[in-house]
Amino acid sequence: MTAGVPVTAARWMLLGEWRAHPARVVTAALAIAIGVALGFAVHLVNASALDSFERALSSVNGAADMQVRAATPAGFAEALYPRLARLPGVADISPVVELPARAAHIAPDIAGAGRGRVTLIGLDPLRAIAVTPSLVGRPGGEAGVLLSRAALDALDRRIGRRITLVAAGRSHAFTIAGVLPGASTDQAIAVIDIATAQWHFGQLGRLQRLDIRLGSDADPVAVRRAITTLLPADAILATPEADARRTDSLSRAYRVNLEMLAMVALLTGGFLVYSAQSLSVARRGPQFALLRVLGLPRRALLAQVLVEGAALGLAGSLLGIALGQALADVAVSRLGGDLGGGYFGAGTPHLGFAPGPAAVFAGIGIIVAMVSSLLPAREAAAAAPAVALKTSGALGDPRRAARLWPGAVLLALGGLAALAPPIAGLPLLGYAAMALLLAGGVATMPALVRLLLAPLRRLTGLPPALDLALKRLWGAPQQAAVALCGIVASTSLMVAMAVMVASFRGSVDDWLVAILPSDIYLHLEGAEGGGLDPAGQARLAATPGIASIAFVRQVPLRLAADRPPVLLSAQPIDRAAPGRRLLLVGTPRPVPAGETPVWVSEAMLWLYDARPGTRLMLPIGGRLQPVFVAGVWRDYARQFGAIAMADSDYVRLSGDAGKSEAAIDARPDTNIDRLIPALRRALPPGLAEQALFGQPRQMRAMALTIFDRSFAITYALEAIAIIIGLVGVAATFSAQTLARTREFGMLRHIGVSRRQIGAMLGAEGALLGLVGGLAGLALGVVMSLVLIHVVNPQSFHWTMDTRLPWGLFGTLLTALVVAAAGTALLAGRRALSGDAVRAVREDW
Amino acid sequence: MRRLAPLLLLLAAAAPVLPDYAPVRPEAPVVLPRDHGAHPAFRTEWWYVTGWLALPDGGRRGFQVTFFRTRPPVDQRNPSAFAAKQVIFAHAALSDPARGRLRHDQRIARAGFGLADAATRDTALVLDDWSLRRRRDGRFVTHVAGDGFALDLVLTPTQAAILQGRSGYSQKGPDPREASYYFSLPHLAVSGTLGEGRQRTPVTGTAWLDREWSSTLLNRRAVGWDWLGLNMDDGGALTLFRVRDGQGRPVWAGGSWRDKAGRLTILKPGDVIFSPGRPWRSPRTGTAWPVSPTITVTLPGRRLVLAVVPLFPDQELDSRRGGGPLYWEGAVSVPGGRGYLELTGYGAPLKM
Repeated sequence: MTAGVPVTAARWMLLGEWRAHPARVVTAALAIAIGVALGFAVHLVNASALDSFERALSSVNGAADMQVRAATPAGFAEALYPRLARLPGVADISPVVELPARAAHIAPDIAGAGRGRVTLIGLDPLRAIAVTPSLVGRPGGEAGVLLSRAALDALDRRIGRRITLVAAGRSHAFTIAGVLPGASTDQAIAVIDIATAQWHFGQLGRLQRLDIRLGSDADPVAVRRAITTLLPADAILATPEADARRTDSLSRAYRVNLEMLAMVALLTGGFLVYSAQSLSVARRGPQFALLRVLGLPRRALLAQVLVEGAALGLAGSLLGIALGQALADVAVSRLGGDLGGGYFGAGTPHLGFAPGPAAVFAGIGIIVAMVSSLLPAREAAAAAPAVALKTSGALGDPRRAARLWPGAVLLALGGLAALAPPIAGLPLLGYAAMALLLAGGVATMPALVRLLLAPLRRLTGLPPALDLALKRLWGAPQQAAVALCGIVASTSLMVAMAVMVASFRGSVDDWLVAILPSDIYLHLEGAEGGGLDPAGQARLAATPGIASIAFVRQVPLRLAADRPPVLLSAQPIDRAAPGRRLLLVGTPRPVPAGETPVWVSEAMLWLYDARPGTRLMLPIGGRLQPVFVAGVWRDYARQFGAIAMADSDYVRLSGDAGKSEAAIDARPDTNIDRLIPALRRALPPGLAEQALFGQPRQMRAMALTIFDRSFAITYALEAIAIIIGLVGVAATFSAQTLARTREFGMLRHIGVSRRQIGAMLGAEGALLGLVGGLAGLALGVVMSLVLIHVVNPQSFHWTMDTRLPWGLFGTLLTALVVAAAGTALLAGRRALSGDAVRAVREDW
Repeated sequence: MRRLAPLLLLLAAAAPVLPDYAPVRPEAPVVLPRDHGAHPAFRTEWWYVTGWLALPDGGRRGFQVTFFRTRPPVDQRNPSAFAAKQVIFAHAALSDPARGRLRHDQRIARAGFGLADAATRDTALVLDDWSLRRRRDGRFVTHVAGDGFALDLVLTPTQAAILQGRSGYSQKGPDPREASYYFSLPHLAVSGTLGEGRQRTPVTGTAWLDREWSSTLLNRRAVGWDWLGLNMDDGGALTLFRVRDGQGRPVWAGGSWRDKAGRLTILKPGDVIFSPGRPWRSPRTGTAWPVSPTITVTLPGRRLVLAVVPLFPDQELDSRRGGGPLYWEGAVSVPGGRGYLELTGYGAPLKM
């Protein structure tokens, strides 16, 4: 035999098979394509969103070599500026006042998603030009403001017009002197003179930032060390690397979760390839046997099936890359760069084609297709040619029980992996556990089918169609398992996600009810640097119709340069009963005498190891103050940590008596809709424009809307996985039914009616759907436990109570049974349309 | 009117309180050493050092070290330490005939935090790493370092200061209010170090310090001015300035001549004639600079005609990228004397 013959034979077989069953090939390739497309699209969107977020960040920061940042919005004393300026190695240094601000002419609105917000930057252009030239435009003078293009558009103002900016509880009018040419187009920045910023926004003597440019011959490590020794407690040194890490940590868990979901879709596609390939191999048993008899070696046969898989994978992957690019375009324009997750603000990312990731995802698609073909290929190669030459279809011996242990081992490994800690802050082993559980569940299917069908088999007096269906499933568990793989995989993944989302949503809802007991909530936007002073608080509290009012001070604290700031919330907490204001997890510790107690959110445990009984150092009032961790509370709002403290303690430590929020209870006879305008009038001018009033019902509805929006993409990915699974079921059924033409002919010969065969197929489908659905459900619930107790706490640092959505389970199961029975029936009708007699003769 | 009153009050509150610049008055003369310090009440002020350096290998360089102080029209009520109530800026340049172009650099900053400051008690200027100070013994020390060059110089006065105009009141235009306080220290003996690239070279030389401050300097018709300061080899010193209008005609002119015996002659506008001669056109900016003018000065009883020759033509200094002017500031010589010529407002009208 010359070398050319096998190649030619291989090509003939491949093309022949594809020409004979184009639908099956297309479906399998499509499954791969969809998986690759989802993975690639999610990756593209994530990468571009992160990129635009980083550009936005560096646009506010103006790309300095190093930055000293204030640990709190109150800033640090400006005396640090000349001290650092004189350090050797510091070539230029630009002092900056940076405040969250808003435009007074745009009223704050709970649902407005930050419209009207700008980052107010006060700088000395003579200094900034050498360090952050992108923040310097044509001189605006003391009364001028330079706006970034995004701010100009968002605030709906033209150059030359007046604009009133509100920040730190004060307002001041400026003339728009021009546009910042160098600033990123999607970041709302307003630049004013540093002296004006200090004077008119209550920042005299304070700075929030020092931007530093190093000399070309300076040693960054030495300069960093020198700077660090000079820093006061309320300032930290940040470098671009730390910034990048912070940006990354902001959304990393979310992004990884999305990519994992996309991979799940690809995996489900892999099952489809597996089922298509194993059926095709089973049907072509005699062909392969003939080739073997003609002298084709086993290895060549193995290669043949693998090459078929690779070709499928290649076609699917190429299509998937194109689809993915298009999908990412649509997703970005419709949902925004964070796919609704709310991590990246309002910026619109820009997509480009990324050849590297495209190659990676195409490669993954091909590998998945080849791995999925591996088992069928080995089966084909292992078959004894003499037997295979005569029979087609399942080769298994119905009397031999399927092995249970490989699946059981995989399941056990999955359980073990779920117990492992996170790797690099990511629940990678949690995902591995999910994959192992999935694989284990699928591997146990043949044995499980027998186990589940065993009680049914003992029933007597069943209608012949059902009896036949049962016998068939019992007798050919391998084939049934092939069909079941897709169902189990997609059902379990769907159930896992659904249980997790339901638990999460339920816990968030409970939490919202618990944290919103009052009638009205007041939030002062951009008040971090200022706030409502005691006189203002007294005036607000004196508004007629108020039964009680509790003031809260919220201050972001920067505890580490490479992590987002945590939120310090100073509220009227009773040391003896902190549970009245906080949703505590576990019992709080008694506070030792002389200690300042704080209660930390769950994220603080994970990120800063702030266990109850330990001490934290917090930069409050310009010094590092030791506080005692007295307890842990649940907080879904701040993924990067929150610290609650009694307001009396905060005022004592910081000397800052200003407040940024208030919870107001109205007298029973008071009309709340009238109370809100009265409260707004009671606020001092400047603050009134920043005031956001909310009522619990509306705030809860909004929070849940945001929640649903951020899970929208999750739902979509899930739905796609389910559809791929169902398509797999349909494809498997139709293929199996076509392969069973001889069986049907045989049945017709012994007097079974066409209708009865149809009923038998329907029953088979329904049984498969039921078995697969039940198994998937069970597996899914187990996997959801991994999601809830491993993946979520490890990536988002919060826990939740498990809730099972029984209604959804019922619907899902019904849908599966109906869909499976329906596709089986449809496939059967095609198989039965031929002449039964000829079908039998074809065989013998 | 009653309804208007609160509105006006509001406007008054909102309108910035701008600086009230001190006037230059003929009856208040310059007094030394008091007036070596800065005069922050005036709009603008400078310390202008120019001179010739001699290197051990016989090479020659011209150099310029200039510190400016300006008082921008910002709200005087602003209590912020960053308020730009005073801005200090400085230029330094080195003329190397072998290079044929200037090396120059500049600094600018708001006064404050000890990083940028012009002291009032005596000459003590700091601008980040640059400085110019008058020591207790009357010598000036300066340090500037820029793009490929550095100067560390000690300037020792060898003659008394020349109070220009009437005891330092120097009229700069037809209106007596267009004037500045002006004195010069010619024949400063220079010693110190010149850095070029990585090389440090000891230098000696002769320099000139011009001190001038004013709030209302230039006539509205003026587009620029020319200035010449010459240290004559015999110990004499010639100061000339000429304010030009858009057609190149003199709006005002003046200066002084102090001979080797120390007799001072104050020059009136009619005493100074400046004939431009053949201009040099800058290849970078296209500006035509009269870099080798012929000067005719009428002195009591005689007429001085001086043909000015630049050390090399291209001593153009373009500081427009840093917000400064385009000007020509170069080392020049005449038979029997050496000094510096300054030409401004040739490319575009000078704004002060």
